[in-house]
Amino acid sequence: MSAKRQALEGVNVAVFGGYAAGPWIGKVMANFGARVVHVESKDRPDGFRLQYPPFKDGKQGINRGGCFTYFNDSKHGITLDAKKPGGVELGRRLLDWCDVVVENMRPGVMKRIGFGYEEAIKTNPGLIMISTCNMGQTGPRANAPGFGSQLSALAGFCGLTGERNGSPMLLYGPYIDFVAALYGASVALAALDRRRRTGKGALVDISQYECGIDFISGAMLDFHTTGRIAERSGNDDPVAAPHGAYPCRGDDAWLAVSCWSDDEFARLAATLGHPEWSDDPRFAGTDARRANKAELDELISNWTKTCESNAAAEALQQAQVHCYPVNSIADLFTDPQLAERKTWRKQHHEVIGDQSYYFPGFDLSATPGVVTKAAPLLGGENDIVYRDFLGLSEEEYEAYKSQGVIG
Amino acid sequence: MLSGYLVLDCTDALGWMSGRILAELGADVLKIEAPGSDTGGADWQAANINKRTLTLNLDTDAGRAEFVKLLAKADFLLETATPGSAAAAIDEDCRKSANAGLIHVAITPFGRTGPCAGWLAGDLEIMAGGGAMTLAGEPDGMPVRISVPQSRGWAGAMAAVGALMALNHRAETGEGQLVDVSAQASVVAALAHAPAFWDIERTLPKRAGAFMTGRSIHGASYRVFWPCKDGYLNFILYGGVAGRRTNEGLVSWMREAGADLGVLADIDWATFDPTQATQEEVDTFEAPISKFFLTVTKREFLNGAFAREMLGYPVSTVEDISTDPQLEARGFWQDLPGPDGKVQRHCGGFAIVDGERLKVRRPSQIEKGGA
Repeated sequence: MSAKRQALEGVNVAVFGGYAAGPWIGKVMANFGARVVHVESKDRPDGFRLQYPPFKDGKQGINRGGCFTYFNDSKHGITLDAKKPGGVELGRRLLDWCDVVVENMRPGVMKRIGFGYEEAIKTNPGLIMISTCNMGQTGPRANAPGFGSQLSALAGFCGLTGERNGSPMLLYGPYIDFVAALYGASVALAALDRRRRTGKGALVDISQYECGIDFISGAMLDFHTTGRIAERSGNDDPVAAPHGAYPCRGDDAWLAVSCWSDDEFARLAATLGHPEWSDDPRFAGTDARRANKAELDELISNWTKTCESNAAAEALQQAQVHCYPVNSIADLFTDPQLAERKTWRKQHHEVIGDQSYYFPGFDLSATPGVVTKAAPLLGGENDIVYRDFLGLSEEEYEAYKSQGVIG
Repeated sequence: MLSGYLVLDCTDALGWMSGRILAELGADVLKIEAPGSDTGGADWQAANINKRTLTLNLDTDAGRAEFVKLLAKADFLLETATPGSAAAAIDEDCRKSANAGLIHVAITPFGRTGPCAGWLAGDLEIMAGGGAMTLAGEPDGMPVRISVPQSRGWAGAMAAVGALMALNHRAETGEGQLVDVSAQASVVAALAHAPAFWDIERTLPKRAGAFMTGRSIHGASYRVFWPCKDGYLNFILYGGVAGRRTNEGLVSWMREAGADLGVLADIDWATFDPTQATQEEVDTFEAPISKFFLTVTKREFLNGAFAREMLGYPVSTVEDISTDPQLEARGFWQDLPGPDGKVQRHCGGFAIVDGERLKVRRPSQIEKGGA
């Protein structure tokens, strides 16, 4: 057995950029032991620090933003102003320290500020650079600006959400950014393994748009093969019936229920106190249940409305029926299954106080992940990163500070 | 990048994407299917392209023995056995294989342990339990899922990341381990920072339908989805630098097109602040925009917005995506022969590494007998 505690111990990562798609790659790697440095400058802090609530006590402030902190736990925050004299030189020292650099700026920006891949590998030939942006580094719309919430519409997700005859629906946030971040993390890790075996680094171009389309790859292949255009269809399913969300007792409380066979429907009917439904011609067989959906949904709702969603779920699962409460955001913090997995990890942030950070959807048995610390204050770990990680002497460190490179 | 690694993939739909990702990264993925399983559908084909396929009956002693032999030389096992006896049988096979370096990736709706570990759940229940449905749908209506199943994507992508982290540890130590993936917990990643609102200030994010709220101090809601000539557009009246550029670009576009500008003609976008608008004002801003968008197609909006550096995208269908020149220019689509000999158009590798797109190398094929 190894004495190592975490799977990515010894892996050094720096993240340039901001918002979600790039930084979240670093967060996931940090949760499993990588040393991850989040690079900002006083003039250009991560946009999530100030642009989006929630803020501590509702007051905007550079270290008060819960949106920024939520995506950046377990990282070390530094400030680096590449425009100041000596800034590029110091940035290159950081690049030399890195195994992996993640950046999510517009194509060409890293090169323009002096941190391009070609420059970096002159002194760090094994470097792995992950560039992630809306459209990818090439193509006629490579330079398109954009936010993930809107890109989620271009990649099909919003159009596939909602009632059949209604409007497309929002997915709350930049859904696609997190899809792309997971793909970005997987290719970074594969590149690390190749480097270990061959010594070769990698330059990786991730288009968040393409990663998103991969999440509907079956619908794309179906269209290309048959011409069928996938459409939003509420909660309907091509196989299961019933298949929907049913109102329960309480404010905006719902239960998701689906039946994948006649036997399962019979078990549902029996649990609801109406075993005769399974012989009712209106509901005998999936096609009949789909044809009489409104009637069936009303009957199921008449039962669910009398129940608390957790109790209803227990009862139906006892009867071997697919179901789960539609968790509200508050419910996620009391869900017993998420609690079992320790999905929420509390850490104390100097300004915000205790905050629950999300732990990824997997864990490793021998080298479990950890949320090691709250998200950094702006430049909060300049001392540790520049002195201990990069090995700057006291004189060098003070000189960069006085030049305003380290702000 | 992962050439030389053998992946045994015994997953059902919940885990398919994990193997596809490892295959795109270069691993040799052997998809194990029970005799008579349906591998013809678009979902199976799309998610299992790039894998070799082996028909093996794990319900027989002989099939199980062959599986153990394969495990002995595998680097990864991907499986979706239900916690309980099915998962215990897989664990027993892993023990029998005596492969200390095996990375065993178990992908289940709720994870391998816990009070709901054995519960029945499909995409609907996982999206519900992961919090995604409470955020999607009309504010006063039923919560909805995305109509194309997504939980398999979240679980599969998380599984691939976990598997490769375990590979990093194994490279250093020789030690394999179990990667326990919960699809429910994976879906929580899709919620962006919604949980932070409840955690920090006890406000409860809810589904917002087709409008954006919470931006105006007067409680005004802003339209996000706009009917256009052939579908819908996603456009938001933002403030700030990007909003100014976007709003100015739109007004100049409308002017060029001879559209009625209404109150938009008199707005100074440099000082426009969406947080200060009342609902009445928002309605007057949006009226001329609504009329103009009805004269524009999705593709015209995509091109026009890009040319003017505006934020906003059309709401694409799969058909729109299939003809997007950006994807064509980047060589995203890959044509490969399908099981019936006809060409299938697949999503290509998800990244371009050192100038080359990750390969989707061979079509799905059924091999019988040993690997």
